[in-house]
Amino acid sequence: MSAEKPTGKISMFVAACAFVFAIASGVAFLHIFWTGYQTMLMGWTFGLSLALFAVAFILWAHGTSIRKNATGPRELPGSSQEDLEAVREEFYPAGQGAPRRNFLFAMGAAAVAFFGAIFVSLLRSFASPPDDSLFGTIWKQGDRLITSDGTPVSNDALMLGATMVVFPEGQVGSVHAQTVLIRVDPQKLQLPADKAGWAPNGYVAYSRVCTHAGCPVGQYEAKANLLLCPCHQSTFSVLEGGRPTGGPAARALPQLPLYSGQDGFLHASGDFDKPPGPGFWRYPWSRS
Amino acid sequence: MVPELARTFDKRLRLAKWVRHALNHVFPDHWSFMLGEIALYSFVLLVITGSYLAMFFNASTAKVIYHGSYAPLDGVKMSAAYRSALHLSFNVRAGLLVRQMHHWASLIFVAAIVAHLMRIYFTGAYRRPREINWVIGLTLLLLAILNGYCGYSLLDDELSGIGLRIGYAIALSVPLIGPWLTFIFFGGTYPTNATIPHLYGLHIFVVPALLAILIAVHLSIIWRQLHTNYPGPGRTETTVVGSRLWPTYAAKSIGLCLIVFACITALGGLVQINPIWLYGPYAPAAAQPLAQPDWYLGWIEGAMRLYPGANLHLGSWLIPELFFAGVLLPCLVFAALYAYPFVERYFFTNDQDYHNVLRVPYQHPVNTAFGCAAFTFVLVLFFAAGDDIIAIATNGSVVTIRMIMRILVFVAPAAIGLFAYVACAAVRKRRFGPHA
Repeated sequence: MSAEKPTGKISMFVAACAFVFAIASGVAFLHIFWTGYQTMLMGWTFGLSLALFAVAFILWAHGTSIRKNATGPRELPGSSQEDLEAVREEFYPAGQGAPRRNFLFAMGAAAVAFFGAIFVSLLRSFASPPDDSLFGTIWKQGDRLITSDGTPVSNDALMLGATMVVFPEGQVGSVHAQTVLIRVDPQKLQLPADKAGWAPNGYVAYSRVCTHAGCPVGQYEAKANLLLCPCHQSTFSVLEGGRPTGGPAARALPQLPLYSGQDGFLHASGDFDKPPGPGFWRYPWSRS
Repeated sequence: MVPELARTFDKRLRLAKWVRHALNHVFPDHWSFMLGEIALYSFVLLVITGSYLAMFFNASTAKVIYHGSYAPLDGVKMSAAYRSALHLSFNVRAGLLVRQMHHWASLIFVAAIVAHLMRIYFTGAYRRPREINWVIGLTLLLLAILNGYCGYSLLDDELSGIGLRIGYAIALSVPLIGPWLTFIFFGGTYPTNATIPHLYGLHIFVVPALLAILIAVHLSIIWRQLHTNYPGPGRTETTVVGSRLWPTYAAKSIGLCLIVFACITALGGLVQINPIWLYGPYAPAAAQPLAQPDWYLGWIEGAMRLYPGANLHLGSWLIPELFFAGVLLPCLVFAALYAYPFVERYFFTNDQDYHNVLRVPYQHPVNTAFGCAAFTFVLVLFFAAGDDIIAIATNGSVVTIRMIMRILVFVAPAAIGLFAYVACAAVRKRRFGPHA
């Protein structure tokens, strides 16, 4: 096959034209970059410049017949028996070599194991050991419920079917402590007997951290009395102690026991009944 | 001038023989062999754009008040990381272009790897002697996905915060070592200031370095083993047919590289992606509906949505529901992929031969049917990640869509697999007769 064969004259001509326009477009890009740097104009001009350069190269390859349709030899992998034997002999020297070699191997293996262990233990500096902060419980007996703008929640703060986000005092905005307060019709509540007194005047409070993947359970459907997590559409029954009713969540939302104080404000009478947030393997040393 | 320079180097390094060998290297020209090259060139562009971005990004969660040129967020409290990303997008010359190119390039990088993986699978290129590159290639895919996740989690906008929150919960769900794993990777109980610096180190150095090393090994092995060919006249196990590296294949490959760069530049300039200023800084208590991860995590997100609410209590220990969908399923999928060439050989085909000539999908209906079924499974999971979006688009309810998806995730792979088997077997019979 000869390189002089006069094929692809048109391809070469178009390639040359594309090349010229590519440079023109590149200059336009530079002008835009130096003056106003509008993102879209830069995208157009620089993208076009690159595309035209591509056209030039591909047309060149298309139009040429140089060293195309070639066939090359291919050796099957795997060395000859002699080569393998030769390597073997050199890798395992004869005579005194054997015990010395084994000593070298043992040293090497021990060094790798030792420094490997050191390296793994260096990971310790990335974190302190997992601790009780994983459970992230925050409410104490008697804490007032505080809104996100810092005001305490009074006994008549919510109408029936209304909801708000509350925090313990001093922890407004805390991820773990975020709690959703809802007022429902006390007649409709179906809390377990041991939690019957947790909802004064129909006020119920649940952890707002989804037990599935930790997203804020931010939507309340008053008609169905469901809390909905927008991330994976888990639903929790507000009337039945936060029981999961649909979607991937398997565990109920932790409920916060409430009481209505003499001072006219809502208070927590203890912590959540379960650790809030997504579930995990619990170490024996941790709180259960 | 050039010959002089070449001679200067040759006198010191004695290169002529090796260079001649290299220039004569033969590469096949089929379009489907370009998918891996697209991934390679996307990676090159990721390194270039990423280096530029690293000059402007500040991986700090220190709280600042924004007073930049984007008026709607003026006076808003945010992290220094998010502020630097806003500054990069609005005030750095070509900053937004490069940021959007980087994001688009990452999506195309993973997409090209997946397409390349499918080409390898359906043409039997994973068979002996190419199992090593199969294993390296899968590792590259894992690293690419990991780095994508680290990258979009860095900016500390609302969406990246949700992604971090879910990733944290997934890591925490691993039995026994979950809390340690989570604390090492994320730096403590969520949310902690250590997370973004950790991800930054991984994203801009550790993972790209591993990617670069493995890509180099991957390419060296291809260079050493020579590329496969499709079956055809003159295609034998002991030859390779195509263009020589110099000059034709080099010109083509440069052309392909420029096409990839051109497409990503055009996308970066013209198609908005991840407009973080609209999401706002991360506020843990803000619930963002319709949040979606980048496409390559969609199948895991979908599995998390479809998985029914069931967890496992072992005494006082717990294996949460998230573990099965978020950890076990991806691990099983990748374990199956890694093991595939070996399992196929030892348990099914007992094929000990070297294969330099590929097969076309209909030649091995079982392989093709299994691949189609597995791909359909992942695809249904991918669409399940948008069950809320589909519900809005079709005016249906999420509950119904989820139920349909739960059925489809099993039925569709079986149906598609069966169809692929029947179609391949029919074509094979027509081409090779009834005893093929």
